Amino acid sequence: MSERRSPLFLERQSYRGRRLVDFLRILPLLGGLLWAVPLLWPTGEESTVTTSEAIIYIFGVWLFMVLASAAVSFFLRRSGLSVERKDG
Amino acid sequence: MATMNILVAVCFVYVAFLFFVAFAAERAARQGRSGWLRSPMVYTLSLSIYCTAWTFYGAVGYAARSGMEYLTIYIGPTLVMIGWWWGLRKLVRIGRTQRVTSIADLISSRYGKSNLLAIGVTVLAVIGTTPYIALQLQSVTLSFSVFADAADKSGGMTDMDSTALLVAMGLALFTILFGTRNLDVNERHHGVVIAIAVEAIVKLFALLAVGAFVVWGVVGGVGEMMARIDASDIGHWQMRGDRWASLIFLSAAAFLCLPRMFQVMVVENDDEGHLRTASWAFPAYLMVMSLFVVPIAVTGLDLLPEGSNPDLFVLTLPLAMGKEGLAMLSFIGGFSSATSMVIVAALALSTMVSNHIVMPIWLSVTGGGASVSGDVRNVVITSRRFSIAGVVVLGYLYFRVSGGGTALASIGLVSFAGVAQLLPVLLGGVFWRGATRTGAFVGLSVGFVVWTYSLLLPSFGPDAVLSTQILDQGPFGWSWLRPQAFFGIEGLDPLVHAILWSISLNGLSFVLASMVGFPTPLERLQGAQFVNVYEHSTTPQSWSGNAAQSEDLMIMSQRILGAREAQTLFEREAKRQGVSGYLPDTTPDFLQALERALSGSVGTATAHAMIGQIVGGASVSVEDLLAVADETAQMMEYSSRLEAKSDEQARTARQLRQANEKLQQISVQKDAFLSQVSHELRTPMTSIRAFSEILRDSERLSESEQVKYASIIHDEALRLTRLLDDLLDLSVLENGQVNLNIQSGQLGRLLDHAIASALTGSGAEGFVIHRDSVLEAVRLTTDLDRLSQVFINLISNAQKYCDADVPELAIRVSPRDDRIVIDFVDNGSGISKEDQAVIFEKFARVGAMRAGGAGLGLAICREIMARLGGSVSYLPGQGGAAFRVILPTSQAMAAQ
Repeated sequence: MSERRSPLFLERQSYRGRRLVDFLRILPLLGGLLWAVPLLWPTGEESTVTTSEAIIYIFGVWLFMVLASAAVSFFLRRSGLSVERKDG
Repeated sequence: MATMNILVAVCFVYVAFLFFVAFAAERAARQGRSGWLRSPMVYTLSLSIYCTAWTFYGAVGYAARSGMEYLTIYIGPTLVMIGWWWGLRKLVRIGRTQRVTSIADLISSRYGKSNLLAIGVTVLAVIGTTPYIALQLQSVTLSFSVFADAADKSGGMTDMDSTALLVAMGLALFTILFGTRNLDVNERHHGVVIAIAVEAIVKLFALLAVGAFVVWGVVGGVGEMMARIDASDIGHWQMRGDRWASLIFLSAAAFLCLPRMFQVMVVENDDEGHLRTASWAFPAYLMVMSLFVVPIAVTGLDLLPEGSNPDLFVLTLPLAMGKEGLAMLSFIGGFSSATSMVIVAALALSTMVSNHIVMPIWLSVTGGGASVSGDVRNVVITSRRFSIAGVVVLGYLYFRVSGGGTALASIGLVSFAGVAQLLPVLLGGVFWRGATRTGAFVGLSVGFVVWTYSLLLPSFGPDAVLSTQILDQGPFGWSWLRPQAFFGIEGLDPLVHAILWSISLNGLSFVLASMVGFPTPLERLQGAQFVNVYEHSTTPQSWSGNAAQSEDLMIMSQRILGAREAQTLFEREAKRQGVSGYLPDTTPDFLQALERALSGSVGTATAHAMIGQIVGGASVSVEDLLAVADETAQMMEYSSRLEAKSDEQARTARQLRQANEKLQQISVQKDAFLSQVSHELRTPMTSIRAFSEILRDSERLSESEQVKYASIIHDEALRLTRLLDDLLDLSVLENGQVNLNIQSGQLGRLLDHAIASALTGSGAEGFVIHRDSVLEAVRLTTDLDRLSQVFINLISNAQKYCDADVPELAIRVSPRDDRIVIDFVDNGSGISKEDQAVIFEKFARVGAMRAGGAGLGLAICREIMARLGGSVSYLPGQGGAAFRVILPTSQAMAAQ
């Protein structure tokens, strides 16, 4: 239950698991950045960005986020990192 | 036109279908087939109550008015879900380890189980949610009116208010039926969750159908659609950057703080692994939900007449194209979104209102907390039902009074900003050990006041609550305090202005007040448990509970959890401690477990207070403070190892002590047994000898005297035979040489027979027996004669030993899994704790040998029940002497 002293080197599998979690942590920040890009676009009537382009960009980012998240969750399950705890 | 009637009929069929689904799910869960009910997909779909009617109808209207801004409402939650490893995982873990019942419960529990704080959060949540419920009712009535207008020519107009009222009543009924079925929130609401999962599919399907119809049916393909979008009024990117950023933040905050989201996300979660699936599946759901919004908006603006309400395009567009079936589907989709939101919101709010406002008031009014008489469980359920009805009625009243606002989205955002005030306190509590109760109070109050003043009141329009003069010049002419331009900073969008100031002032004052004050030990302890939940999710917050009486605790928890759950809990805890029976020692561990179990029913603060009342006050032990102060890995590991060892030793010692006591008692009993047997044998022998000598030696005995003496000899001989029979019976049973005579029969009839045999000729007038013939209609296949012997013994014991003025005996039968439980409870003074341990031993008799049995009855009963594959035991805490007979119903018995 208590924190065991972490070993210096990890097995390959746990190492992969931890890097996966690192990626998982970065993902929302990446999403935030990508979705902040529209802030840079010119706005108003004379805007050069059409709504269809905006739709393609924003939903493209969305699709990427979903796929990346799905991939992480798939590999996370395989890595067997203990995420879940059933009622007990 | 029959559309209106069809619509009403479809509505009823749909609602009936939902009831059926919920009912079937509850049934499946009760029968233990709940596996598929709890798949990650169901969890993900249940999260979709985020998409209310505001999404279904309002998003299109929003897009028609402000272009792409509507996307912010879905991007925020997407980021939260994708970042689940940061925040949600921790919230869910805390929710599960602390058995949190609502967001108010979580916050109150984190800040030292403060009920005042819980009340504050509850009030804020109710204020923030009521307009939202009104919004759902409004959207349903509006969509009705669309069909009614179409049917108007034939005079099929319906009354809008009565529609809303009907909908509200139906929703309240559904929530009460499936939301308050079980009290312990950890048992979770399977029916409700499945119903909203189904609704999630329905609304997604409906919106996709309309979208696909518009893109491919009306416009003719994606390319054409894109061209039309670019040619429309919203064809160019026009966005206020401040609104884009702050709305994404706002929706993310609301997603975490909305009571209904907290309910499905944390409270109803029963496997943290589900988050992993939801982390991508829910963003995908949101993406698909918002995909067709712009196409529908643009097409609606193009094709529908000027001035038609864009909030209803999803409905009016198919209708205008003559697709009534599609319009109907879309109506059902909107109906789904509205109903699922109201159901869960009412459920979440009612838990908060009942646990944090009604229950504390009720407890203080009735005067005695845990020691009051009566069934607390019923009070909790009743108060929860009334709270549900109250919340829905409040929403309905708001709808009536406001008369149905203009744009759906604006109420939604005001409401979002209100609940977002919980964010600093929530995040601070979960990530920062230094956050204190005072800080939380100050932060929440400041946030609430600023939100009310700068957003809620102005949202009613100028001169509604705040006069135009105050809006323009500030109160008392203080221009730096203008509601929409604090400190003279003008030009900000009013919403952005309100979010910026309320959240930042809220957070700032929360942090500052936390740093200035000093927390109580309980706050620090809870803080450590919340913030470091992954390290010591099992470290209990301690009770020093040696003075507590387990029996009192049992009486109290039976009232709250129900007799069966409480007995199971106590039995399990006793077993864990290595003690037999139903009464565990009141160790801190046990009290901790009990408090968690109770808090699932009445909330943390109340449970803590109730146990505190019996135990005599909580205290924080030195070990706990050490755990907070010093957490180096070695220290923790060392102490935990020691703790485990000492726990084990304590357990062994307890067992040894118990065994030793029992041995001593048995040895005393054995001596007593021998002298008892000699005594019992000798008394009749003496009189037999004496009277037979008289008969032999006396010459002149009258006829009647002879008969009298002979019958005395006969009686005494009978007594001897009975005693020897009993002894023999017992030894046969104990050696397992008995042959069982298996027959089938009715339990009720067996009890009739037993009562008749036990009470005939025993002078038992006025001995009342309560029974329930319906429950007794059970067929048994067992040795009926032996079982009847047990019943006769228990009944005649009750009749002999019950010392009440009006003796009564209740026989309660309850089926339980594959066993039948039969309780015999009388209203006498019961059996003392010392005697409870020995009554099943041979020749054990309680108190003075008033009734003069040999003390073999219960020993024989125990042996018989063991042979029949069941058991008989003493059940403490029932108000009198109570014996519990447990019998297997299935054939699989100890086949001797």
